[in-house]
Amino acid sequence: MESLTSPTVTQRDQLLVEQQVFSLFKTFYNMPPSSQSFMLELQRENHVEYLTNGLKQLGPSFCVLDANRPWICYWILHSIALMDEFVDPELEDNTIDFLSRCEDPNGGYGGGPGQMPHLATTYAAVNSLVTLGGDKALSSVNREKLYSFMQQMKDASGGFRMHDGGEIDVRACYTAISVASLLNILDDKLVQNVGNYILSCQTYEGGISGEPGSEAHGGYTFCGLATMILINEVDRLDLSSLIDWVVFRQGVEGGFQGRTNKLVDGCYSFWQGGIFALIKRLNSTKGERSIPLGDGEDSDPESPRTTASSDATEEGLNKDLSQDDSHSQKDHHDTSSRVNVADIGHNSSKGHAKVNPLFNSLALQQYILLCSQDLNGGLRDKPGKSRDHYHTCYCLSGLSVCQRSWLEDEDAPPLPHAVLGPYSNLLEPIHPLYNVVLDRYQEAHEFYTSS
Amino acid sequence: MESSEEDRGEPLSRMAEWRDVTPLPQDDGPNPVVPIAYKEEFRETMDYFRAIYKADERSPRALRLTQRAIHLNHGNYTVWHFRRLVLEALNTDLDEELDFIQRIASSNSKNYQLWHHRRWVIERLGSNARAKELHLIKNILSLDAKNYHAWSHRQWVLQALGGWEDELDYCQQLLEQDIFNNSAWNQKYFVVTRSPFLGGLTAMRASEVRYSVEAVVANPNNECPWRYLRGLYKDDIESLVNNREISSVCSKVINTKNNYIFALKMLLDLLCYGFQPCQEFRDAVVALWTSDTHPLDPDLATAICDILEHVDSLRASYWIWRKNKLPVAA
Repeated sequence: MESLTSPTVTQRDQLLVEQQVFSLFKTFYNMPPSSQSFMLELQRENHVEYLTNGLKQLGPSFCVLDANRPWICYWILHSIALMDEFVDPELEDNTIDFLSRCEDPNGGYGGGPGQMPHLATTYAAVNSLVTLGGDKALSSVNREKLYSFMQQMKDASGGFRMHDGGEIDVRACYTAISVASLLNILDDKLVQNVGNYILSCQTYEGGISGEPGSEAHGGYTFCGLATMILINEVDRLDLSSLIDWVVFRQGVEGGFQGRTNKLVDGCYSFWQGGIFALIKRLNSTKGERSIPLGDGEDSDPESPRTTASSDATEEGLNKDLSQDDSHSQKDHHDTSSRVNVADIGHNSSKGHAKVNPLFNSLALQQYILLCSQDLNGGLRDKPGKSRDHYHTCYCLSGLSVCQRSWLEDEDAPPLPHAVLGPYSNLLEPIHPLYNVVLDRYQEAHEFYTSS
Repeated sequence: MESSEEDRGEPLSRMAEWRDVTPLPQDDGPNPVVPIAYKEEFRETMDYFRAIYKADERSPRALRLTQRAIHLNHGNYTVWHFRRLVLEALNTDLDEELDFIQRIASSNSKNYQLWHHRRWVIERLGSNARAKELHLIKNILSLDAKNYHAWSHRQWVLQALGGWEDELDYCQQLLEQDIFNNSAWNQKYFVVTRSPFLGGLTAMRASEVRYSVEAVVANPNNECPWRYLRGLYKDDIESLVNNREISSVCSKVINTKNNYIFALKMLLDLLCYGFQPCQEFRDAVVALWTSDTHPLDPDLATAICDILEHVDSLRASYWIWRKNKLPVAA
């Protein structure tokens, strides 16, 4: 630190976190290899147990989330799906039933039975049902009513209110547009002026804020970027300054911070890390089609190719960790295997084009595995904080993004050295626009475009 | 608001006033998921709330009931919404409402509903509430100078009710306390660009550049002033490129050979925007390169990317990508 004056609050807080994290890393480096292997393991069983228990019962302290129960469902179900684990069919049925009781007769889902519909809990409920999959879950959504609820939430500014008389912000835009897109009820009326609103939220820093004028923030940047992609107006954003802002949100700890000069937090593994998954899709589809989603203009499948592993060099784990080097491959921008990415996930046989992630994927994986995992199950913000379902969901979502960050196609198998720790750490791929597991998205997409 | 019987946490079923109401249990179904083991007081309060809400009873006792429910769960937006309906119907004194919100805020200042409710109240009170509101937000920021909701609310108050006059000074105060506070820098930008009392961005630019350059010199590793400088020239790249103060602070910092990542980055950006570097810049950059085996690229921008790839190795991928995107040297 340069300054000769006493440290500011920012410096002091940052130093405390760095000390904790680096002490953890140091302990790790000094362990014998077998212990290191263990520390890098994703504690699947413990995480699944923690999550399943939550689905079955929550303690009294959860009354502060009594208006967020569909969210708890989504955080739990999505996390379990990421680990490719199963939920008891009975619990699945109970979830479908419960969510239908959260559904308002006039459309949309509230935070619990009898509560007013709210866009965020609607997003959570729909994503939960998509994650469950199957006709029963998918058909349980009243799409017509949901559309009219969204229409009512639409504001003249182009944004959306979270609920009747509620706040307008970029999050509300994302939850509305994401759900409408997923359910195939997105139309011009909903889309009108959304782009203008989000554009007005891109700040001088390059990131996106919750409301015009507020500070650039990871959560809102993800929401804003995803929304702009969904409404096909992403080119209106200053993407290079957005990328420039988000790459600098990754800190020495390996994890991401939400805002400039704030502390690292595991949940930004997804909110910030996911931005790179979105950008990656843009770079691969640019010039080939203007709408990254849509009905299959499914061309003839490319002949399947195996991932060329000969170019990649296997770099020693310790080297990566100690030097904090990015895993740079010499074959970036390999356009020779460029594929027609009609709809990512729709076309199962394609070539496996490789890209270089713009962020440090291994460093982030290291943060998630070593700093965010609670060895008793669940993941957390940072060492010293308690685990919770929200952080479990977003740390794991971020981990999935990391593992696939060298591949252009979300569903291609990652190379072993893309996955920190044992290859069994590999999670299911997500659809980065919605943050649902990719094959669940595919099923839902087929269901809602054919019905 | 005076403490009511409902506030004391006694069972509603034992209160005479609530005798006529049949509490409405939550329709959780026979096998709910994520069921919460509600404490008795919570369950009962919400059962009564559901009954009142369904009946749409907008009465004084309904108001008291919403207060009790809010205390038990600050996040129940349905209760907050209904409370607003009741406040309107009863034409209640909203100054007291502000006190109520403040008591809740003291235990949980990061709650969307609370701040949204506050906005609703202030909207109705109008500019009389302004001074007190700005003061309250200051108090909250004194406990957490980066509280996102507080800052958004502050911006809303300024835009809806005014009070801009002291805001730049306030930002400066906060920055004196913590020059790394990005929220304060963001607010500075907000004031400079939107205050009706200042001349607008272009008029303010010179003084803002000076301020930022000083901040850079004091802490070159502080990202805030660098982004702020760039932001001052949002729609005027040409002036950015021509600003000697900015380019020279880059070389000044690079020459210290310490904490120069942002300085190099700024220089790289300037070059990409068409900056024509004189020899002092090349010398400063070359002086950083210590390798004998790999000579530095003759193209300055490429050389900077190579250096950054090594000294900011966490972002090596990004610098390689930047290098590949460089305009081809003439």
